[in-house]
Amino acid sequence: MRSPPIPEMATQEVQLSETLAHLKTESDTLKGKLEEERAKLHDVELHQVAEKVEGLGQFVMKTRRTLKGHGNKVLCMDWCKDKRRIVSSSQDGKVIVWDAFTTNKEHAVTMPCTWVMACAYAPSGCAVACGGLDNKCSVYPLSLDKNENLAAKKKSVAMHTNYLSACSFTNSDMQILTSSGDGTCALWDVESGQLLQSFHGHAADVLCLDLAPSETGNTFVSGGCDKKANVWDMRSGQCIQSFETHESDINNSSEADREVAIYSKESIIFGVSSVDFSLSGRLLFGGYNDYTINVWDVLKGTRVSILFGHENRVSTLRVSPDGTAFCTGSWDHTLRTWA
Amino acid sequence: MTIRNTLRDHGQRYRPRIACLKKAEKVLLEMQDPKTGVKSQPQRLVITTIPHAITGEDILSWLADRFQIDTQEARNFGSMLVALGYIYPLQDHKRLVIKPDASLYRFQTPYFWPTQQWPVEDTDYAIYLAKRNIRKKGILELHEQEQYNRLHKWMNHKWDFIVMQAKEQYRAAKERKKPDRVVFDCQERAYWVVHRPPPGTVSAMDYGLDRRIDPNADEEKTPDFYGRIMIFTQQSIMRPRVKSSVSIGALVKYCATYNGHDPFLSKCLPSNPWITDDITYWNLNMPNVEIPTKMRVERWTFSFGELLSDPRGRDDFRLFLKKEFSGENLAFWEGCEDLKWGTAATMREKAEQIYKSFLARGAPRWINIDGKTMEITVNGLKHPHRYVLDAAQTHIYMLMKKDSFGRYLKSPVFKDTLKKAVCPEEHKYSDAQLEQNAKNRRPSLSPIVLRQQEKEHRAKMAANAPVDITQLCRYTTPVPHLAVYSGISDFPSANASPSLPFLAHSPACPSPISVALDSTSASERRAEAGEGGAAGIPEARAPAAGSVSRSCMPLSLRRLLKRGCTPSTMFASLSPKYHSAAGTSSRIQPISPDQPSQAPPRRIGNFFQIKVDIPPECRIYPIESEDEDEEENRAASRGGVGAKEIICPWESLTPQNGTG
Repeated sequence: MRSPPIPEMATQEVQLSETLAHLKTESDTLKGKLEEERAKLHDVELHQVAEKVEGLGQFVMKTRRTLKGHGNKVLCMDWCKDKRRIVSSSQDGKVIVWDAFTTNKEHAVTMPCTWVMACAYAPSGCAVACGGLDNKCSVYPLSLDKNENLAAKKKSVAMHTNYLSACSFTNSDMQILTSSGDGTCALWDVESGQLLQSFHGHAADVLCLDLAPSETGNTFVSGGCDKKANVWDMRSGQCIQSFETHESDINNSSEADREVAIYSKESIIFGVSSVDFSLSGRLLFGGYNDYTINVWDVLKGTRVSILFGHENRVSTLRVSPDGTAFCTGSWDHTLRTWA
Repeated sequence: MTIRNTLRDHGQRYRPRIACLKKAEKVLLEMQDPKTGVKSQPQRLVITTIPHAITGEDILSWLADRFQIDTQEARNFGSMLVALGYIYPLQDHKRLVIKPDASLYRFQTPYFWPTQQWPVEDTDYAIYLAKRNIRKKGILELHEQEQYNRLHKWMNHKWDFIVMQAKEQYRAAKERKKPDRVVFDCQERAYWVVHRPPPGTVSAMDYGLDRRIDPNADEEKTPDFYGRIMIFTQQSIMRPRVKSSVSIGALVKYCATYNGHDPFLSKCLPSNPWITDDITYWNLNMPNVEIPTKMRVERWTFSFGELLSDPRGRDDFRLFLKKEFSGENLAFWEGCEDLKWGTAATMREKAEQIYKSFLARGAPRWINIDGKTMEITVNGLKHPHRYVLDAAQTHIYMLMKKDSFGRYLKSPVFKDTLKKAVCPEEHKYSDAQLEQNAKNRRPSLSPIVLRQQEKEHRAKMAANAPVDITQLCRYTTPVPHLAVYSGISDFPSANASPSLPFLAHSPACPSPISVALDSTSASERRAEAGEGGAAGIPEARAPAAGSVSRSCMPLSLRRLLKRGCTPSTMFASLSPKYHSAAGTSSRIQPISPDQPSQAPPRRIGNFFQIKVDIPPECRIYPIESEDEDEEENRAASRGGVGAKEIICPWESLTPQNGTG
């Protein structure tokens, strides 16, 4: 039983709730206006346009290589620009560089932390970046000397206040883009470790990011636990666009300009952990938490194929730089290349 | 209470959203519908009858029918439902899969369904194990025994409570009728197999790491919250939009254009290396291959961006521009890219160099941009940052795209390349041959080795005397900067000064230079970090550094040349003060040790090379208003090459700056 509130406090409370109600109506009106504006230009649906497009044939995609060697869940992987090498990281702190074509392991680094959730290959192919629960993103220059301890040459680049969820090099070896559980993304200079730009706007953990292949190459998209996918301008740090239609966390993002279709099938109830487009953008590959990979026809919105093979959640999926194959990493400790 | 594991605690407390649960529940309800669901009947199991038992094959056929999927997918889906704990097996209860035969399953009672809200507590598990222990000693399996001991240790302080609860539950259970008890025991056992799986099994409850934000909590509604939403919505309203038909049309067109190039949709010629284990396709498409494939050349025609992003395409375009004498546009664009994506330490120098080579009045490779853009750029250069040349770069890019690109596609250079391009035959391997190929997989050269080779090749080219314009365009870009667009970069060791990769590697490098330059780069870095306050290069340090190093310069250069270091690559990253000395030595001939000071003061000896074969009269000079300060400069430049140093807007006219 509350004691009667002091008159001033009561008025303040009332004022606050009035203000809130007022703000809410105002914000709802604005949202309505936005919907109106959008509806004006919404003259056609994707599936209508896609009716005229030829359908896709049958696909025969199989596992072409299985990479075994991680001792625990594989959390992330990235391709090298030479189209055959990959780097992968796992829960036990190991980061391994493979020649996926021959399945040989070429380099291995042991991180001082577990749950290495992010790893990236440098464009030159001579370094890798990784990070996770240590809140940092470190760059390791690769060396051919087998006896050399890669960890000795490590360069700590990014520092966040929470776990590192994703990282990516920009067009060169000199800059890294990171996203973190502290809700921010940041752009860093590798050489000096200097923070070049930070991106604030997510209300919760940011789980993924992807760079936009535009002519000016200045934007990237990030997705997070607040169910939003934000598009950012790297120069100004501003959020230039935001998408909010997912029902749950956005685990992975792949650059496209606006949301035009939702890919769903009733028999698929499990979350997607990672997605990537094929070279032409016609196929969308999704790695799911029910251990399968679903392949979608982007234009028609239909599922063209389902691939089995992994024995646990598919945690990461990337198409190779020349589009000849895609690689998946899974909690079953293996990576598979499919073509 | 859940015992927290030994992960570093960063305030992560919440389990991630398990969105599949709601959807799974819907499916379950459908399955249990008496009319349209899976048919069930009582089954005898040992001595008791289990009501509402269903067989594996019935479940699978129902799923296949309901969702229109094939058996394999139905098996996967069904097994996930079992893994989550919505259905449990009566036989072989530890394997959570659906077997496509007459094996028996039951629907789990909603009481034991997994929930988003409440994670399964260790306390409950302890009670469960204790209860089983009470019922019959020694019934616990090995892993359960281990768990029991562990919990006993960690929960010692509430063990009395746990034992008391266990006894209560055991007593209450005894009061139930036998069939009910059997069923309940089955259900409870199934529940714990799901939530405390035996070691070595895959658990669907495994979700990885906790999250920092509670996904179930709604964001607090404060005025601030609404304020943010409103600002965002207003911005969204004002954003320019295109019609859906336009944007979707573009998407469809893109897919259609690249369809033939997508290895998943069209045949990869000669064959996809992953499928046939034959890497000819990769060999034919190396970044700097002499003769490209027809598909590759076709791709260049799709957009200007495609042409530029392919190193071979860019080379071809560069060749074309050289013939048109407009190579400076591309060189400028490349310089801007280098600036944007390069390391922060050398940024200021690069900006200066680009200005001097391309933008300043009377610059050797002057580019043609409109007055307004020039004004913005020059103003921006007073406080240079990595995007300072963006406006100019975009202007030049558009110029090339709208003008040069079109002409390139009609040019003899392109036509020639297209004619010479190869179109390989498709491989037709028999199964035996494929097996052979698989055995013959060979490793490829590591990117590290390739980069080393590239470096050496460049060093050789730069060291060779004859000045060849084409070579200069391609090879005089110093190592740290080439990385940007061809993906090859020099990664200096952590200890080296960032702008001097070679110095780091040659042990006998003269210390005066490293010291001087270290101080330069360090103070530059400080200036960068200082942010905003820096109004150009602080004059204080420049002369000091200059005087120290200039005297030591010739000595060190000689030493370096002896070791075969590439002066061009090293000196290019020095500050502009040192450039004239460097420029002379790197390109024309090695400096003779006896007369270093007599090297003719070249204006800009940097990586954007002077066109030495174009007579001064042919150069295009910007038209501008008469300006007292520039009078001198222009007079000098009209006089020919090498008369006077270009003055940057931020440099003041101190005597030291005039020479250098």
